[in-house]
Amino acid sequence: MGATAERALWPRPYRVVRTARETHDVVTLALEPMTGAPASFGPGQFNMLYVFGVGEVPISISGDPAHPEQTIHTIRDVGAVTRALCAVEPGAIVGVRGPFGTPWPVGRALGGDVVFVGGGIGLAPLRSAIYWVLARRHEFGRVAVVVGARTPEDVVFSAELAGWARDLAVEVTVDRAGPSWHGHVGVVTKRLPYLALEADDAHAFLCGPEIMMRFSVEELLAAGVPEGAIHVSLERNMKCAVGVCGHCQLGTELLCATGPVYAYPRIARLWTVRAL
Amino acid sequence: MKIHGLDSIIASHAFFAGLPAADIAIIAGCAENVRYQAGEPLFRAGEPANHFFVVRTGRVVLELHPPGRDLFRFTTVGEHEVLGWAWLIPPYRWLVDARALEVTRLLRFDGACLRGKCDADPKLGYVVMQRFAQVLVKQFNHLQLQLMDIYGRDG
Amino acid sequence: MPSGGARFASVLRVNTLAIARGALDALFTALQRRGYTCLGPTIRDHAIVIDEVASTRDLPEGWTDEHAPGSYRLRRRDDRALFGYVVGPNSWKRWLFLPEERLWSIRRAADEGFVATDAEPGPATRYAFIGARGCELRAIQIQDVVFGGGATAGAFPDPGYTRRRADVFVVAVSCVVTGATCFCASMGTGPRATTGYDVRLVELVGDEHVFLVDSGTERGRELVAELPTRAATAAELAAAEGALDRASHQLRAMDAGVRELLANSLESTRWDEVATRCLSCANCTLACPTCFCSSVEDVSDVSGEHAERWRRWDSCFNPGFSYLHGGDVRASTRARYRQWISHKLSTWFDQFGSSGCVGCGRCITWCPVGIDITEEVGALRRATP
Repeated sequence: MGATAERALWPRPYRVVRTARETHDVVTLALEPMTGAPASFGPGQFNMLYVFGVGEVPISISGDPAHPEQTIHTIRDVGAVTRALCAVEPGAIVGVRGPFGTPWPVGRALGGDVVFVGGGIGLAPLRSAIYWVLARRHEFGRVAVVVGARTPEDVVFSAELAGWARDLAVEVTVDRAGPSWHGHVGVVTKRLPYLALEADDAHAFLCGPEIMMRFSVEELLAAGVPEGAIHVSLERNMKCAVGVCGHCQLGTELLCATGPVYAYPRIARLWTVRAL
Repeated sequence: MKIHGLDSIIASHAFFAGLPAADIAIIAGCAENVRYQAGEPLFRAGEPANHFFVVRTGRVVLELHPPGRDLFRFTTVGEHEVLGWAWLIPPYRWLVDARALEVTRLLRFDGACLRGKCDADPKLGYVVMQRFAQVLVKQFNHLQLQLMDIYGRDG
Repeated sequence: MPSGGARFASVLRVNTLAIARGALDALFTALQRRGYTCLGPTIRDHAIVIDEVASTRDLPEGWTDEHAPGSYRLRRRDDRALFGYVVGPNSWKRWLFLPEERLWSIRRAADEGFVATDAEPGPATRYAFIGARGCELRAIQIQDVVFGGGATAGAFPDPGYTRRRADVFVVAVSCVVTGATCFCASMGTGPRATTGYDVRLVELVGDEHVFLVDSGTERGRELVAELPTRAATAAELAAAEGALDRASHQLRAMDAGVRELLANSLESTRWDEVATRCLSCANCTLACPTCFCSSVEDVSDVSGEHAERWRRWDSCFNPGFSYLHGGDVRASTRARYRQWISHKLSTWFDQFGSSGCVGCGRCITWCPVGIDITEEVGALRRATP
């Protein structure tokens, strides 16, 4: 699956059918194409979202791959284009180019345990994989979702997490909290040794700040998860999404072409080199 | 319902794993089961620190409430985790408040008692110091990561 | 990828033809008759640059170039050779991978959101590249892979590049001179032009001023058949082979194991050393015939009804190239230089299946502080236990 050559280069107009504010700076948009069918996608893939005359940004698809009728994106306001996207109203038109990138290989985890580790907005690309797992929950063993955020107010999908907790082991931890928070306070990595997983039969999917992923991977390896069973989603400056502009390089990898999802061994050395 | 002896509870805990039975017995001699209700404080900043804890079930939060500022929750300590190292280092005083967030059962160890036994048996003392050093290093690393504010707007 | 120093079988076949210098304009008129706009070397602003040329009168007759790290001068030859020099500051890439290109333009439309305003663009200008060197032909092949969607296994070929590339007629020139910064021999890309040409010339200035000419394609053969040629003599063939051999003895060479060397040198202290000299000026990436990095800019008109996306050349040395989350990943010159050279000589293999360097030496000549890519690799090699 993925963009055909046409869908790769020109943005298609999509209408915003629904917006939902997740946190003070995170919004989820539901989009539908003005004409034609939306593209199917794999969990973990991304689209380039275009705001007319302003610019484009790569945003992971956060919706359910079994229901591609609506293209769902969860966006954090960090710059001009994302600010514009977070401010759109239903009925607005947004350009969509894609989908691009490598998906989470969730299928490989069938029959075993799974842990999803999502930090901050990183939970968004994981959500589409979590939906895939929920749709066939009985085909997996123990499934844990570990969510990290700066404060309780920054936890995305917090209402949905409560629903997931019926079928999955959901743990939320924040870096700092006030008196109304009775959950975990501390870094995501602290939660990992306590997940009751069959480590050698577990797969891990991580997305979030790179430092968080690096330290989390260390914990998972120490717990006995095989390094080939660990997958991370990386991020770099992206302009073309089709492997010709050179911006998204990390050493040997062009993230839009061979990523953004990588099995840990492939990038283990690359992401420890400073300013690579 | 089987009542476990403290020896077997301690021996099965990761923090004490691998210790010889004799050492387990010595440590168990300094231990007791305790329980706190939700919201109940375990200790307060400034109080003498003569205990450390291993959480069996529940969750404890470490926090401070500076005058004129909001309550700040540093970290939570949950199941199987070790809480408290001020008992190891003079002046043996707690630096933060600790409160149970929910019904919490812990093993509480008499630090003064264990210090005495470690003084008498340096080999035991070395092992206890090693284990606590590991806890401290891990906690330090976690706090460094927290300090980086990785989810901040530019993180 | 042939290793440095490989000897090719004689590429001048026995049935190679020869054309007199005085008759070479027939080549231009034959191309113009076919509707090609000829591009070739010409002198402008004290440099030999590629630009539109109409006849041999536009070529740098009797000139040669002197290259050194950070230095380039033209000098008069004591003969009237038309191709007695090597490469200039620009390369063929600016006609295939445009410095500025409009990717698309759209306007708002009530019922459809937005629609494209451009019909399919008209036919591209048909160019004939005259005087393309072996290194340059290899560079074009390398960019063919990049813009053919090489990074994505061919999934997303670039339409503009593909269109412009489709009908380029190539008249190659094998180099009988070599420049001080050339290292094509060690890269296996020269001095002979061996592939990717329609017509190939070797210039001989002796008692007679002639060009040995052969063809590499059917349309090349057809064009040569229209020119006033005769069979090349054995002496001419031998003279050409001799000159080509001499041109392959170069001052500089690239380390044959550079791919692995750079992959293992990411933490070398050499990067700190070169960072004290590198200005991060991006000259090397502008002069390089294979560098392909670009950026896009979205613009709209004042009414907000029309918008366009433009693609422009960019450089990994430019600030902001690696911007992420509030800062550049590669904020230091040290990191940027490492990125450029590692990509060119090492990670290009992982992304596109070959080296990104053709040994043309432009980056050495046009670096204002004279950083020499072969010297840097040599230093890394010496620093490796």
